[in-house]
Amino acid sequence: MKVALFVPCYVDQFYPNVAIATLELLEKFGCEVSYPKNQTCCGQPMSNSGFEHLTSGCNKNFVESFKGFDYIVAPSGSCVLHIKEHLHDEEHPSEAEKISKTIYELVSFLTDVLKVEHLEASFPHKVGMHQSCHGQRGLKLSQMTELNAPPFSKPQDLLNLVKDIEMIELDRKDECCGFGGTFCVAEEAVSAKMGVDRVNDHVRHHAEYITGIDMSCLMHLEGILRRQKSKTKIIHIAEILNGRKA
Amino acid sequence: MKTIDHAANSKVFNQDEDRVDWHDETLWFIRQKRDKASKQIPQWEALREAASQIKNHTLSNLHNYLEEFELNAKANGIQIHWAKDAQEHNEIVYDLLAKQGISKMVKSKSMLTEECHLNHYLEDRGIEVIDSDLGERIVQLAKEPPSHIVLPCIHKKKEEIGALFHEHLGTPEGNADPQVLTEAARQHLRDVFLTRRAALTGVNFAVAETGEIVVCTNEGNADLGVHLADIHIACMGIEKIIPKRGHLSVFLRLLARSATGQPVTTYSSHFAKPRKGKELHIVLVDNGRTKQLGRPDFRNSLKCIRCSACFNTCPVYRRSGGHSYHSVIAGPIGSILSPNLDMAKHADLPFASTLCGSCSNVCPVKIDIHEQLYKWRQVLVKEGYVDAKKALSMQLMAKTLASPTLYHLAGKAARTTLKYAPFIAQNRFNPWYHQREMPAVPKSSFGEWYQKNRTK
Amino acid sequence: MNSRACILNAVKENQPELLALPDITHLLEVENQDLVAEFTRVIEGIGAKVFQVNKYQEIIHHLKADFETEKVRVVSTLKEFDEIAKPFSGLDNHELADVELMILPTHFAVAENGASWVDDELFKERVLPFIPQHLVFIVEKEKIVPTMHHAYQLIGKKKYSYGTFIAGPSKTADIEQSLVLGAHGPRSLRVFLV
Ligand code: SF4
Repeated sequence: MKVALFVPCYVDQFYPNVAIATLELLEKFGCEVSYPKNQTCCGQPMSNSGFEHLTSGCNKNFVESFKGFDYIVAPSGSCVLHIKEHLHDEEHPSEAEKISKTIYELVSFLTDVLKVEHLEASFPHKVGMHQSCHGQRGLKLSQMTELNAPPFSKPQDLLNLVKDIEMIELDRKDECCGFGGTFCVAEEAVSAKMGVDRVNDHVRHHAEYITGIDMSCLMHLEGILRRQKSKTKIIHIAEILNGRKA
Repeated sequence: MKTIDHAANSKVFNQDEDRVDWHDETLWFIRQKRDKASKQIPQWEALREAASQIKNHTLSNLHNYLEEFELNAKANGIQIHWAKDAQEHNEIVYDLLAKQGISKMVKSKSMLTEECHLNHYLEDRGIEVIDSDLGERIVQLAKEPPSHIVLPCIHKKKEEIGALFHEHLGTPEGNADPQVLTEAARQHLRDVFLTRRAALTGVNFAVAETGEIVVCTNEGNADLGVHLADIHIACMGIEKIIPKRGHLSVFLRLLARSATGQPVTTYSSHFAKPRKGKELHIVLVDNGRTKQLGRPDFRNSLKCIRCSACFNTCPVYRRSGGHSYHSVIAGPIGSILSPNLDMAKHADLPFASTLCGSCSNVCPVKIDIHEQLYKWRQVLVKEGYVDAKKALSMQLMAKTLASPTLYHLAGKAARTTLKYAPFIAQNRFNPWYHQREMPAVPKSSFGEWYQKNRTK
Repeated sequence: MNSRACILNAVKENQPELLALPDITHLLEVENQDLVAEFTRVIEGIGAKVFQVNKYQEIIHHLKADFETEKVRVVSTLKEFDEIAKPFSGLDNHELADVELMILPTHFAVAENGASWVDDELFKERVLPFIPQHLVFIVEKEKIVPTMHHAYQLIGKKKYSYGTFIAGPSKTADIEQSLVLGAHGPRSLRVFLV
């Protein structure tokens, strides 16, 4: 199975370990993983700011980089959702469409395609799960509290395979952290307050780590935790699943 | 270009963190009540789907339903008026009052009359309007606009209301007991109900098949006002129509549960004919609605039944307060309705969201609110309602991200300064840092690591 | 062009292609339940009191215990309550302002939300259930339906000039979400199931 690794720009630049963990995980499960080196970004920062019409160059580059693979996998729900919903390339419409259909966020790739049922990982810590909105409500990685529908959670299914991990309960299971792309600076006051409230929910319930599927949310929460000089840390789910020791 | 914006208003609101917490908790509590109520109804999601489809259908056949409604209402002795905008709506109401020499009117909750600024219009012409919904009366006394469509004074603490009532209604100084304050309002307004000859109400639903209108309240203020007056004026946007009486079941099951978690509002009153010897007038108002109907991406915002569930769930609304939206209807739905009326004035609102999507999933009529927020952003940028600096930096970013070479060059700089990291690209002063630390800078990017470790 | 034509034209021009109206009959399917118990649970949850009685005399007995029926004004449209109440025969409904207790019949009630339906077949003055300090509804046990869908089936195409669902006493939570019963309408609602 030929898998291309898509590493969102900020993960590439600031959180290389998350990308490495993703790569190693995929390799463990027998994927033949490539990292197309000309990849840049999904274009979401522009689109969410209202500049979707400027993304054609970015889209083209994306299609160019990721065509011809069985699957594309990224450790980010938000970027994947964006590609699924907005990628188009007038010159290569069928390739763009295929990419939209075969791009996966890491967790759902592990549960739905690789059908992972066993992991060599242990993480003896109290962990809080941050449900990133685009992963949860957009990609339906877990059930949202808004709906009257049966609960499920793909990230939790995987974390259940990790030894010694202790998940904590939150007061607000799936409230947005306030990152929101450019929102985090354009609406700095509300964004920061949302982040503080989210962090406090985890800290109040004695989380040693906050984990999640989207590094952007975690980067925002980390910024707040470190400003508060909190002992609570963030860790991307890929790193836990890949067996990182704290 | 922009005079006031949501971000600046929110910054002010957030200076008092205790108040933000209080506001957030109060509204979250209502969201939880809504969750509980909706989860007691096994058919909840089927109801939402039905409501959504009924509204979609109605909008696609609105022309016929409006005519059918008019025909049936008239046959029942109701007088129908049409207003293409706020001005005409206000004139119609004023003329109805002036003709009968009425100078005092009692009014129950109607967001439409807020939208038309009816109170000011009438007051300028010597007509006194008293809002009879308790929350509306409170903001009226405080000379403020409502901050929430269902809970108009949710931004006010009881001590503030106590002080207001002390000044205006003579309640004991320092008394902030909701029971006492409500009782004072009851006494004060009872007299108003008994002495007003004209009563104005909003409309929750208008049934084409029967020509009747339905008005929902908890306080009973709409009914008390109307049943004791000679003339009842009901004002409604043209989107309030539903095809059949039987459809009310779907909407009444959803409305109160979505709004406050109650199983139904205390009163759901159906007005099919005027009282004997009295008058019932209905004013059908466009005021931008047909324009919105003509925007395929945004037309289904007209499905809104004004339950306010999207307000209560919105993490931004809860932490910025209704007034930060500087528009009659705040919250997520306000942010997709207001730009239709005035893009320049409301260009900031579609950006006052993280696009988390909670709103669309509590909405009882399944409006794709967060997707419309995204689409409004595209429209506003194209129409030029965004500042030049931002546009420039976006062009720069587009160029960088389209070219792997430029991107890799920029990346190095970004890691040390964060300056060109896409999510904060347009900012020189980097508001990120105000309340957050930067990510620690790794020795190398993943790309560089990969080059070193994986390429043979 | 007048505004009416203006608006209707604009609507016609801007409305999308016709979309189908959904069938909602499936919503009538509900599990079997004890309707009296459900109605009681729900309406008590929203601030009303429920009493199951066999005879009207029992109701009078209850009301005499709770109100000074000799001293306060009690009005009813039901002759069964002649002992404690008078019918309203005035010309101007403002004369009802001092009614303490109002006893009214209802057409039917709804279990899922505690609402009772009344329309002007039962009484002409619309203000009757709104103006008293305290309200009493008489509901026939067999006339409790499960949901609002069943309610509107019962109402059907009936030609009333006014009708309303009433669920509980009048209330407000506008001040800091503190629930206060007795906003503008009745301060209490007693439902007698017969
Ligand atoms: S948009 Fe939906 S959730 Fe928001 S007020 Fe309207 S109906 Fe309610």
